[in-house]
Amino acid sequence: MPGRSSFPGRSHRLGDEKVIDLSCDLGFLRLRNPVIAASGTFGYGLEMAPFLDLNCLGAYIVKGLYLQPRTGNPPPRLVETASGLINSIGLQGIGLEPFIETILPKLRKYSAPLIINVCGESDEEYGAIVERLEKEQGIAAYELNISCPNVKRNGLCPALSPEATYTVVKLAREKSRRPIITKLSPNVTDIVSIALAAQEAGSDAISLINTILAMAVDVETRSPLLANLFGGLSGPAIKPIALRMVFQVARVVKIPVIGCGGIMTGQDALEFLLVGARAVEVGTANLIDPQACPRIIKEIEQYCLNRGIKKIEDIVGSIILEGI
Amino acid sequence: MASIERQAKILQHKSWGNYHRLKILAPEIAEKATPGQFVMIRINETFFPLLRRPFCLHHCHGDEIEIFFKVVGQGTAQLAEKKEGDFLDIIGPLGRGFSLPEKPDKRPALLVAGGRGIAPFVFLAHELKRLGQSMIIFYGGKTREDLPLIEDLEKNGFNLRLSTEDGCLGFKGLITELLEKELPSLNPACLYVCGPEAMLVEVARISRTWRLKAEFSLEARMGCGFGVCYGCVWPIRQGEKIEWTRICLEGPVFPAEAIAWEMKR
Repeated sequence: MPGRSSFPGRSHRLGDEKVIDLSCDLGFLRLRNPVIAASGTFGYGLEMAPFLDLNCLGAYIVKGLYLQPRTGNPPPRLVETASGLINSIGLQGIGLEPFIETILPKLRKYSAPLIINVCGESDEEYGAIVERLEKEQGIAAYELNISCPNVKRNGLCPALSPEATYTVVKLAREKSRRPIITKLSPNVTDIVSIALAAQEAGSDAISLINTILAMAVDVETRSPLLANLFGGLSGPAIKPIALRMVFQVARVVKIPVIGCGGIMTGQDALEFLLVGARAVEVGTANLIDPQACPRIIKEIEQYCLNRGIKKIEDIVGSIILEGI
Repeated sequence: MASIERQAKILQHKSWGNYHRLKILAPEIAEKATPGQFVMIRINETFFPLLRRPFCLHHCHGDEIEIFFKVVGQGTAQLAEKKEGDFLDIIGPLGRGFSLPEKPDKRPALLVAGGRGIAPFVFLAHELKRLGQSMIIFYGGKTREDLPLIEDLEKNGFNLRLSTEDGCLGFKGLITELLEKELPSLNPACLYVCGPEAMLVEVARISRTWRLKAEFSLEARMGCGFGVCYGCVWPIRQGEKIEWTRICLEGPVFPAEAIAWEMKR
């Protein structure tokens, strides 16, 4: 019988003495647990409120914001592939000021940390959005989406080079008193050099991976299945790639790493923690089950309970590499 | 507000070739649903299909809901394998359904269905009947096999107009041709429309020509069904502008004039 989950909080009493501490320290921010709802799979937060208590989350990241409203790409925008989903939404969104006016006030009543995913068509746009949001209360951190096509870089996104990553992060850093998380793209040759550039520019944390550039074809019509031709692959199909990249980055950078890519279960999340992530982002799973995050929190807790682990932080980076 | 029924039991599975109807015990959804709304069903726990699939509510009564579908891909093929006694994980009711008359209109409502587009109309027809609104159901398909619900509908006393493209049953031709032929004598109150896109385009033209109020139930691939992924958009007029609009939240039913057909490829 799948009963109501007990409230997945910061710590849990076990018997009389034992308490599991699920909280995780991102240096700049202490989360009640390591599960963060990923941008683009959680709307602006409010759409999910009918299905779960937002306050049970470690944090949540709203849909990417540009200064201006965005129309997004024409449909079809989605195609399902083996264990995965390719999307080409095109970052459709309401724009910064409507978000501040109509959404942000409603989100302030929730206690879970709100992280704003910041987009930009130019390097300067990232700085401008952060500068504007600095005047607003109720925001815990920014996540820079540096995988946006950049008009002044021939449509290439900053995430593809260490130099461009450095420039964008630096511009946002100079405008922000709040913590900055930089979300990396997996569509690069040397992920570590990009992560180091973000760290060097003053990013407080790294999140990875964003979706993997992909396509799908219909043999009946001989045409691509996405109107936009390419899209970003997410879901369980990408988890092994994401794990490898998180492992590579976490052992090199000094700032916290947030792991992301195909997490469907508590076990998936634990794999990311083992290779060095301090927290995880859950994405595609939210679409399939709007209660995926609370379930994953509970499964992580159960894992700790079964093994007598008192602090989830003891798991972080504890992968055993002897003999390798 | 939508509910999640984790253990919704299949009470009855009836099939006609590629067409299937499932009767499912889902009291929380049944209690709240209105005609034209839909549910998202997790067909299996496996990673393929990974996403839920959307199905409009075919009927609702007491604690039960019904869905009616045609096997069109791997998701519906797996769903067609389900047996009575199996369980499904269902979210619903979702979306905005058809608008219903506040008081019965003497003129009939016309329900225009192409093939599996009949799906939302059994629920709607029963609701209109309850409200005392007269109606005629236009039900067309390629051939007889595409019209499996004729007997059921007749048994319930609904007034039908049938068409098949091969002429084996009813009017020979498209349901839109039959509709246009009969319109002059019917003087309908409004149209409710569901079917393949080419049919919708044609009915949109007809409703413009005859200045008829019409509501369309739209279909799209959906990622979530509750508004967070922005995958299921149609071009919808919002005031002066045309915007890619989530049909899961703002639809799936829209007035004919709101749909910007020129933006569809």
